[in-house]
Amino acid sequence: MIPGRFDYHRPASVEDAVALLARLGEEANILAGGHSLIPLMKTRLASPEHLVDLSGIGNLKGISVQGDEVVIGAMTTQFELISSEELGRHVPIIAETSRLIADPQIRYKGTFGGNVANGDPGNDLPALMMCLGATYAVTGPDGSREIAARDFYQGAYFTALEHGEILTAVRIPIPSPDHGYAYEKLKRKVGDYATAAAAVVITMADGKCTSASIGLTNVSETPLWASDAAAMLVGTSLDKASVDAAVAAAEAITEPASDMRGPAEYRTKMAGVMMRRALERARSRAKG
Amino acid sequence: MAKSHIELTINGKKVEALVEPRTLLIHFLREQQNLTGAHIGCDTGHCGACTVEMDDMSVKSCMTFAVQANGANITTIEGMANPDGTLSALQEGFRMMHGLQCGFCTPGMILRAHRLLRENPAPTEDEIRNGIAGNLCRCTGYVNIVKAIQYAAAKINGTPFQEAAE
Repeated sequence: MIPGRFDYHRPASVEDAVALLARLGEEANILAGGHSLIPLMKTRLASPEHLVDLSGIGNLKGISVQGDEVVIGAMTTQFELISSEELGRHVPIIAETSRLIADPQIRYKGTFGGNVANGDPGNDLPALMMCLGATYAVTGPDGSREIAARDFYQGAYFTALEHGEILTAVRIPIPSPDHGYAYEKLKRKVGDYATAAAAVVITMADGKCTSASIGLTNVSETPLWASDAAAMLVGTSLDKASVDAAVAAAEAITEPASDMRGPAEYRTKMAGVMMRRALERARSRAKG
Repeated sequence: MAKSHIELTINGKKVEALVEPRTLLIHFLREQQNLTGAHIGCDTGHCGACTVEMDDMSVKSCMTFAVQANGANITTIEGMANPDGTLSALQEGFRMMHGLQCGFCTPGMILRAHRLLRENPAPTEDEIRNGIAGNLCRCTGYVNIVKAIQYAAAKINGTPFQEAAE
């Protein structure tokens, strides 16, 4: 399969990339790792006339701690998320989640920014970014702005990112060192998108849950932040009745499609199962 | 649509070429460089038969444009033998452990295993199986592929090779 013809651009700075996108208009696409876009181009579901490759922009890569946040450049690869000792120390759920994306070869090229910004509800990192309360830094022709991950996703492949804007970095508040976490993903095989998946971050003190955040992957047109379900857990000992009620509240906000991964009812139930398992594992990891 | 000028290193040799931006790396290697070892299997990024080494990464060359490899250092199966022409440890492992049946997935398997052993010189069986999760063998000869990689790891590390229990 051979993609349609296009012109290739490799700007050296964010400013140049933004100017190029403004000049080339709607027929230009951003190329990051390419592992979502190139398959679409090979099947001609996408036929951009121009590709603007961000790989030549050095300062879009890297992981750093700035104050009480971790800042991750948009072109940082999933392999780099898994390998970063510093990220593993502060926010280990990012590596745990990234290991479940696609396969090893894809993770060398697949980028953090591409995964969070292209709006595919099957991607694993968006629900995690909602769970962690991340903020996206974007730059466009009118300057730079910030968008909360929890406000970013509007529909399948439809986000708050305007055409011509580039996601440059993601800021993630560092959770308490005592936090417990887990990402649970049900998939049919390596490389598959989730039938359903759940990201959970909690803190505990004296046997009671003091904070909870839950993200759900691929059970709606967008990733979901299950804020009501999480609020129901705070103050409880995560006893069975409380968890049952929270799981029911999370299942109630899902709207999965019936597809080759299973009927909608099944996928909703699996979202609940993944949340329950993630909660159990997060609790076993939480100190306090 | 203008062609792009690219310069890269393939199997230790400097190469310059003009490519259409839409040319995939696998087509560039096979059709313009006559390096037909990397295979087109599924053509959709799933099977890993097109895997090559690119700047310390295993990449699926059917999902990468040749222009993205501008400036890169690439190794294909044609560059895997030792400089004196003898088989490298991985190639020897696949031969000795019958790590191939039809052989179609083998170049991709060997290139992927090459990077895996660079990053993890003494992997467990589980780490090998996870490490080659992006490579499919339709003969389903995974048991011997795992053994072949274990054989190569032992040879490279100078440790005794112990065949895993069946």
